[in-house]
Amino acid sequence: MSAQIGHFSLLLALLISLMQALAPFAPVKRRDPAIAAFVDHAALGQLVFISIAFASLTYAFVTSDFSLSVVAANSHTTKPLLYKVSGVWGNHEGSMLLWVLILAVFGAAVALYGDNIPDRLRSKALGVHAMIAVGFLLFIILTSNPFDILPNPPADGSGLNPILQDPGLAFHPPFLYLGYVGFSMAFSFSVAALIDGRVDACWARWVRPWVLAAWCFLTIGITLGSAWAYYTLGWGGWWFWDPVENASLMPWLAGTALLHSALVVERRNALVSWTILLGILTFSLSLIGTFLVRSGVLTSVHAFAQDPARGVFILLLIFLSTGGALVLYGFRASKLKTASSFSIVSRESGLVLNNVLLSAVAFTVFLGTFYPLIIDMIGGDKISVGPPYYNRTFVPIITPLLLVMALGPALKWKRDELRAALGRMKIAAIAGAVTLLAVIGFTSGRDFLTACFMGISLWLIVGSLLVLAQRVRLGSSSFSTSVKLLGTTPRAFYGLVVAHAGMGILVAGIAGMASWASEKIEVMRPGQAIELSGYEMRMLSIGDVEGPNYEAQRANFEITRKARVVSRLYSERRFYPVRQQQTTAAGIHTNLISNLYVALGESDGAGGWTVRFYYHPFMPLVWIGALTMALGGFLSLSDRRLRVGAPQRSARRLAAVPAE
Amino acid sequence: MNRSPRHFRTLTRAAQISLLALLISPAGAVTPDEMLSDPALESRARILSQELRCVVCQNQSIDDSNAPLAHDLRVLLRERLAAGDTDRESVDYIVARYGNFVLLKPPLQVNTLFLWVGPALFLLLSLIGFSRYLRSRAANAPTETSSPLSESEQTRLDALLDEKGSK
Repeated sequence: MSAQIGHFSLLLALLISLMQALAPFAPVKRRDPAIAAFVDHAALGQLVFISIAFASLTYAFVTSDFSLSVVAANSHTTKPLLYKVSGVWGNHEGSMLLWVLILAVFGAAVALYGDNIPDRLRSKALGVHAMIAVGFLLFIILTSNPFDILPNPPADGSGLNPILQDPGLAFHPPFLYLGYVGFSMAFSFSVAALIDGRVDACWARWVRPWVLAAWCFLTIGITLGSAWAYYTLGWGGWWFWDPVENASLMPWLAGTALLHSALVVERRNALVSWTILLGILTFSLSLIGTFLVRSGVLTSVHAFAQDPARGVFILLLIFLSTGGALVLYGFRASKLKTASSFSIVSRESGLVLNNVLLSAVAFTVFLGTFYPLIIDMIGGDKISVGPPYYNRTFVPIITPLLLVMALGPALKWKRDELRAALGRMKIAAIAGAVTLLAVIGFTSGRDFLTACFMGISLWLIVGSLLVLAQRVRLGSSSFSTSVKLLGTTPRAFYGLVVAHAGMGILVAGIAGMASWASEKIEVMRPGQAIELSGYEMRMLSIGDVEGPNYEAQRANFEITRKARVVSRLYSERRFYPVRQQQTTAAGIHTNLISNLYVALGESDGAGGWTVRFYYHPFMPLVWIGALTMALGGFLSLSDRRLRVGAPQRSARRLAAVPAE
Repeated sequence: MNRSPRHFRTLTRAAQISLLALLISPAGAVTPDEMLSDPALESRARILSQELRCVVCQNQSIDDSNAPLAHDLRVLLRERLAAGDTDRESVDYIVARYGNFVLLKPPLQVNTLFLWVGPALFLLLSLIGFSRYLRSRAANAPTETSSPLSESEQTRLDALLDEKGSK
């Protein structure tokens, strides 16, 4: 029954989306409020029916309804409930349904909370949004229907891939999709603006919350994916430049550029056509990422079930949406020219440089990801592009960006002098230099590159705090004035400080891990110990355990340092009989600055077991830094000014607060 | 325990093997019995392994993967190093047998020229483009902010300035 309800709801949603897509552009006598009301209600209706469909699928999974082929292929009666639910999106069909659900959520959110957006723009944006929904609903109904029925339902299902039986699955895809799909709103607004032929500071202000929200969620989604891979795959890797990881990084990079570009449009009414282009490209990169994961075109740790028909359909969707938008851009971009000016050294130009560097880096990732494919298609070699390539291309381009990142917020709008701006950042530069020298000292000059990046990390962290300190006139005014200014500083500014500092933390984490991670691999027996970086790890015991749907060997370890117990860990080698698969559950100890990581390997048949013991300094900083960036984004999002139509004058205006 | 039949409908045989190989792997790769006794050679082997791909896995180096083929490649690499080959020679030996696909760092050859040069080229071109854009914006500054005043406006301005000046 749930299959029929779900299927029918999807068809209804498709119908509603069609109407929603056509209404704003239909050649009827235009009464904007009426059309806007219709489109708003259509968006809500879309959400209602897609939610019903999603609920039906979830119900089918939870009740182990094996008459649905997707449930039979991916679930099992013995699977724990959490994984029955999160398994709804652990497969291609279900994840596409999650995709359109989030698309509908964003559409409904704009319909409900977008009253400050004028009717014309809002209804056109929702119309474009609905076109995307039509495309994807057709894709689901025609090629990836989760409600396909099996004529002879099996007694039990095939179970879920054990790697996916993890809380990570409950969070990683939803957050990722909130990001990917969230950028569809920026796309819709960009295309709507092109159709309208008008983009101004107000447009940027209305669009910014949606871009910010999508960006924050994508940042969290990518971070969760990295952390999940770290503890699940068993060898402590956290980023592989895997095509699917790159597919999430590219929209993130473009989205960051979009975010900053929209800022310039909002404040200075400049960079308008560039921002619109980024709005189109960011979502296009999300779509291309979707294509990559589901078409079987590339080999990856991540790939969903490969089916060429699906790949072709998505390619068509990309062609129509991106192609259409770019053609529109080609025709209408000239109408968007603004006349504002700024000098070569100014915050605007800093943001332009930011855009250039981010685009270059996004292009690099794009090139590295697709080059093997292109070469293969041309009939040439089969090549691989892995971490060594990205280390030599990505890193050199992102480094100047990291340097500019701290300087940018210190630059004045419209016109500034480089020497003066650098002078303001003196303390941060000193902090960076001191760190550089300290690291060289600690490592006896061995890791110069790492020292440089540690220096850059402090430059970023201190630089961001410095900008805040200067804004509240710390040191140059009375302390009470500074405290008052802290209160009137808009949240968006705190968002800037926190996000940029978060990036600094991330850089420190990456640099530390790249140079100072160490490991030891040995065959161990209970009672034996190995030593690494001052830690001693002793294997206490090893025995068999049984989980809800697996059998495992569990080894218990104790880690001590200078004879004090640091941690007791265990690691398991699990075997899942339903899927005949083996995985490792690693034991990890963290103090939020470094990790100790233990993974149990194979038995040598004679009572000894291969054990890998890793010391991962600064690993947690990578994720803490990334989450801090997302926190900064959320802080900005909570800024009251983003929720009102026009900038409000604060009642307590203090004299000559510098324009920010 | 009820073991259900494996559903590998859509996967080819090779993909099946690689999937099994990947998933049967627990922790990563190098086992103690593979490691060379000479630590200098072993560290060379580890570094080189990180740049060699496990060709049946999905995007892992032979250093990370526990697939049987990755094991074979690690052993092969160490044999060549132990036999006195330079880094270059040992890698070339493996490439001769497995093709360029096994290199995680793509080789610099005619058909990968754009791959290696592309990023720098993109950066250069966009920097040039934007410096032109910036210069045009900076040049626009004086003309766009003011247009010449009309006669009456100029007179009013003079009067106002005189007023202010006399204060």
